[in-house]
Amino acid sequence: MRVVLAEDSVLLRAGLTKLLTDGGFEVVAAVPDADQLLTAVDAHRPDVVVVDVRMPPTHTDEGIRAALVIRRQHPKIAVCVLSQYVEERYATDLLSVGTSGVGYLLKDRVAQVSDFLDALRRVAAGGTALDPEVVAQLLVRRRDDPMRRLTPREQDVLRLMAEGRSNNGITAVLKVSNSAVEKYVSNIFTKLDLPPTDADHRRVLAVLKYLGT
Amino acid sequence: MTAVLRALSSPRAWQATFHVVAGMFLGATTGAVIWGAGVLWWAAVLSLVEGPTGYWMLPVLYVAVAVLGPLAVPPCVQFFSALQRERFRVLHGVEIAAPKHDSGTGWRRAFRPWTTGSTWRQFAYHLLAPVLGGLGGVVVVLCWAAPLLVLLWADGVTGPWNFLWFGGAAVLLLAAPWVARGIASADTAAARRLLGRDHADELAERVESLARSRADLVAAADTERRRIERDLHDGVQQRLVSLALNLGMARAAFTDQPPEVLEVIAAAHDEATVALAELRDFVRGLHPAVLDDRGLDAALSGVVARAPLPVRLHVDVARRCSPSIEAIAYFAVSEALTNVAKHAQASRAEVVAERVGDRLIVTVTDDGRGGASVDSTGTGLRGLAQRAAAVDGSLTVVSPLGGPTTVTVYVPCE
Repeated sequence: MRVVLAEDSVLLRAGLTKLLTDGGFEVVAAVPDADQLLTAVDAHRPDVVVVDVRMPPTHTDEGIRAALVIRRQHPKIAVCVLSQYVEERYATDLLSVGTSGVGYLLKDRVAQVSDFLDALRRVAAGGTALDPEVVAQLLVRRRDDPMRRLTPREQDVLRLMAEGRSNNGITAVLKVSNSAVEKYVSNIFTKLDLPPTDADHRRVLAVLKYLGT
Repeated sequence: MTAVLRALSSPRAWQATFHVVAGMFLGATTGAVIWGAGVLWWAAVLSLVEGPTGYWMLPVLYVAVAVLGPLAVPPCVQFFSALQRERFRVLHGVEIAAPKHDSGTGWRRAFRPWTTGSTWRQFAYHLLAPVLGGLGGVVVVLCWAAPLLVLLWADGVTGPWNFLWFGGAAVLLLAAPWVARGIASADTAAARRLLGRDHADELAERVESLARSRADLVAAADTERRRIERDLHDGVQQRLVSLALNLGMARAAFTDQPPEVLEVIAAAHDEATVALAELRDFVRGLHPAVLDDRGLDAALSGVVARAPLPVRLHVDVARRCSPSIEAIAYFAVSEALTNVAKHAQASRAEVVAERVGDRLIVTVTDDGRGGASVDSTGTGLRGLAQRAAAVDGSLTVVSPLGGPTTVTVYVPCE
């Protein structure tokens, strides 16, 4: 899978390039700022873009803005945003353009090598990967009555669904059986009055829509 | 005796004399203008009151004088005061600071001087200058010129009285240096009071400069926090992520190593991850970057979302406040919500941030057990109250036992 990487720190750019290459990705371009990122995306048409939020020249939110441009201009290209801190507002911006092929993760997560590579593959395949911290922030925005009807276990499952995980992924994290997860999921959809769906990414869409993004 | 004689030629005596004599002429000139203007104005007003007669142009003239006179006098007064202050500076070596003139627009500006004490004080000086200043000048000149006058006047006088006249003239001459300096001092004292700034002016200026330097300090502290946040973000945080990433890759790659080696790598990897999380929390507490990027609403959304209890957030700030004000509001909410979570045993809270005119009002309300105060130990509210006070704002806590608790922050937001 072909990746364009944008990260202003030389050290991390090298580290991430190695990580991605070892993980079976082909890094076709690694650039230090948003302008070069947009040029590289136009030139290479990669499968997925990995982008840092704070980059030159203003060191504010160029990464998010570049991600939004890419999402609008190339809906087929998946974007995974990495940041030292996650903000619910940035997540809302990102998801406003669509929830498939989007990732928003804390930079720390790259240190959990296999988890990060899994998340990136999921995003590249048109799925969603939201950092647990982002999901927590989204969840607290909706602390209303239907949410209170969920059992703690169902809330865990909802959280993992919002992160973009499939049933198999949820099964692995919670260490419960596949059928148990299916039951939790159907309970959640009933209690929150969401339209039932099997496809993973449509499920994420429903959950995120419910969470108000 | 030599000291008395030497005084006659001392520079100070002559300086004082020139100063007083110059004051006499200058005072007479400026006084003539001011008195003349006053008399004209009074005549015009009286004529209007009595009922003007004669040619129709006259009433128009009276009205013009009655209205325009008061407009023209303050600039004259200020100009004359500047001349007088210049006389003190050049001839007497005394600096008298000019009072501040309020600036305004239109009619307000034109009539404003009459509402300030300093204009009236200057006015008084110029009214008195021809009388008292003139008198002083004449006395000084008489003292210096006494022997000459006696010589001229006593030409035909003979007899024992002559000695009396000459004696008196000599005494006056010898006294002249002291008389001149005394009158100059009296003039200086009067000018300082009437032409200079009064205590209120000086205090007002001092308050203004203190407020400015205090605001500068707050802004400087804020800038410093931003700089540290940025340095940590660009430096230590990136290095630490890189370190954790390398350890993570090592952990994934070297699975065929002896268990002790794997254990050490795993421990180092975990430590690096924990350090990253701690550093992230610290950096966010220092200064949240999202506050600068997206403003109060976005930053508060983040705080509210992190709170371990349901919080309703309402932000209505159409135009953004200055960075230091936003920072105060942000940290106040952050601290208040931390306290709610720690101490209040509340089930829900509400945060409202509103801009009302040129004030930003932020309230944090919870339905907890109350009993909190700014001085409660373990809360950072005291520091925040001080930060708010430093920008002429305030932070108050209303928290009766049994609740509810409301923390209100008022800060200026221009």
